[in-house]
Amino acid sequence: MDRYAKGWLVAFLARGAAALVVAVMLLVVAVTIFRGGRVLLTDPSVAITPPGARYTLEAEGGFFHAIVGSLFIVIPATVVSTILAISTATYLQSDYSSERFSEAVNMFLNVLWGTPPIVYGVFVLTVIIAIGARTSLFFGIVAIAIFQYPIMTRYTDEALNGAPDSVREASYGLGATRFETAVITARSALPGVIAGIIMGFARGIGDAATVLFTAGRSNTMPSGPFDGSTTLPILIFDNARAPNDELRAQAYAASFLLIVAVLVLIVVSKRLAGRYARYTPGGRHS
Amino acid sequence: MDGSTESGRHPRLGRRLLTERLSSYWLTVAGYFAIALFVLIVLLLLYESLPLLSEYSLVQLLTSSNWDPAQNEFGFLPAIVGTIYVTALTMAMGTPLAILTAIYIAEFAEGRTKRLVSSFIDVLAAIPSVIFGLVALIVVVPFVGDYLAPAVGSSATGLGIFTVSLVMAIVITPFMISLSVESLEALPDELRETSLGVGATKWETIRHVLLRAAGPGIFSAVLLGFGRVFGATIVPAMLIGSQMQLPDSPFATGQTLPTLIVNDFGELMSLPLTQSALIFVGVILVVVVWLFNFTAMLARRRLKRRWQY
Repeated sequence: MDRYAKGWLVAFLARGAAALVVAVMLLVVAVTIFRGGRVLLTDPSVAITPPGARYTLEAEGGFFHAIVGSLFIVIPATVVSTILAISTATYLQSDYSSERFSEAVNMFLNVLWGTPPIVYGVFVLTVIIAIGARTSLFFGIVAIAIFQYPIMTRYTDEALNGAPDSVREASYGLGATRFETAVITARSALPGVIAGIIMGFARGIGDAATVLFTAGRSNTMPSGPFDGSTTLPILIFDNARAPNDELRAQAYAASFLLIVAVLVLIVVSKRLAGRYARYTPGGRHS
Repeated sequence: MDGSTESGRHPRLGRRLLTERLSSYWLTVAGYFAIALFVLIVLLLLYESLPLLSEYSLVQLLTSSNWDPAQNEFGFLPAIVGTIYVTALTMAMGTPLAILTAIYIAEFAEGRTKRLVSSFIDVLAAIPSVIFGLVALIVVVPFVGDYLAPAVGSSATGLGIFTVSLVMAIVITPFMISLSVESLEALPDELRETSLGVGATKWETIRHVLLRAAGPGIFSAVLLGFGRVFGATIVPAMLIGSQMQLPDSPFATGQTLPTLIVNDFGELMSLPLTQSALIFVGVILVVVVWLFNFTAMLARRRLKRRWQY
């Protein structure tokens, strides 16, 4: 085989690998959308009916409790971790911290980012046992917030890093304080920050391992923040292996809703990131 | 800013300086939060696994294959072997796929195709892993159980280590692809131009120049991928069959460390030693994953130092 044939072969293999990855992605999305869509089309009420008393045995009722649980866990968690993430990123990027300290914190953030979600679940559950509480919606929020925090901080940090230095310099030049400058810098990087928040939200709503043992994994509507609850990923996880056909069908309906939510969130965040890249001098084109 | 100068200042200045001081406290707290969280997780998990570690020796725990919490037998070996099996198989399938795709995106694709393929990869990265598990249950499990396992002369239901690895190989590729693409695209164009200029073909340029130059970056992407597979929970829990046994073939059912936590946490509340054992699994996960992460970070740092861009 001469060197040109070898080059041709590699180009072919690279194309094949990319095609395979894209095909698998399309397959996963298509299977979810078709199977879930079929269930939802035949009986849309499963998504808005709370589960009955015999839900796990006879699939009485629907999975509205999981939708409510997902929203009531992920929205507050996103708010909390957004505040924390923006604060941390501001601290790291602006003139509050030394470069050395920023680097050290970034190292810890990277490590937290790579930590398996199940570890956060175990950690929060350990705290729950230690303080003698019960698993509930509230601790689901805590666990998801801890899970989202490193992801969002990373995105926010990158967005702030991309904000033009001239903004900061101009702000200091006019006599603004560090805090005022930080606010202005954050505003100039706002689309990137928002894209990061949306990505964090998408990751939070799709994660099961963190909330599996902390949110309560219940089969009833949550009645308050300290009541057991469940989320869509937990519901899919539990129903996927249920012997009952109807429960399995509901798992597909739930995954349809989940994948549509994630796809919409990605499109929104891409649009924002694209807008942001266009206004940043020397920014990436995406 | 003491009181004596207060009178000559603009009336709003005092308030602005107060905001500045208060926000500085809050931001400092937020800055230390990541470190505090890290330390808290390590300390709490270690503290909670002390009861187990004081009862059994570490060697005994890691080499015994007898797992029976009801009899106070805690041998992690089957789960450890299962985890290593899954990780090795996944990486063997996922790494070439990811690197080839990264080469395609960074070096071959152009314009619209490139944007389209990379946004598909982003979508793949964002699909919740529980959905991969669900789709695999109706696509991959029958395929492995009915065709692949019989073809190599092994009888299986389709649930097992190989199925998990096949699915995980897809789950972690987008992650490794985007990191590898990043490090390939960060290389200066002069490298490509020089190599092509002295008569190398495109593949020779990639093989001898680009992959070598971006090596530490790709290596760190692979290591981070290792960490991801090692700590993956949901997909293995749905597909591995969850049996605490030493796997005898790639198609056998088994258990990984994270699925051990998922499957046995139900009875945790009543048995303090089991609780401690499962929290110890968390410690093992954390230590191994963080080792991968630190090595990856060192590799990236070396890359940065070698190429000043």
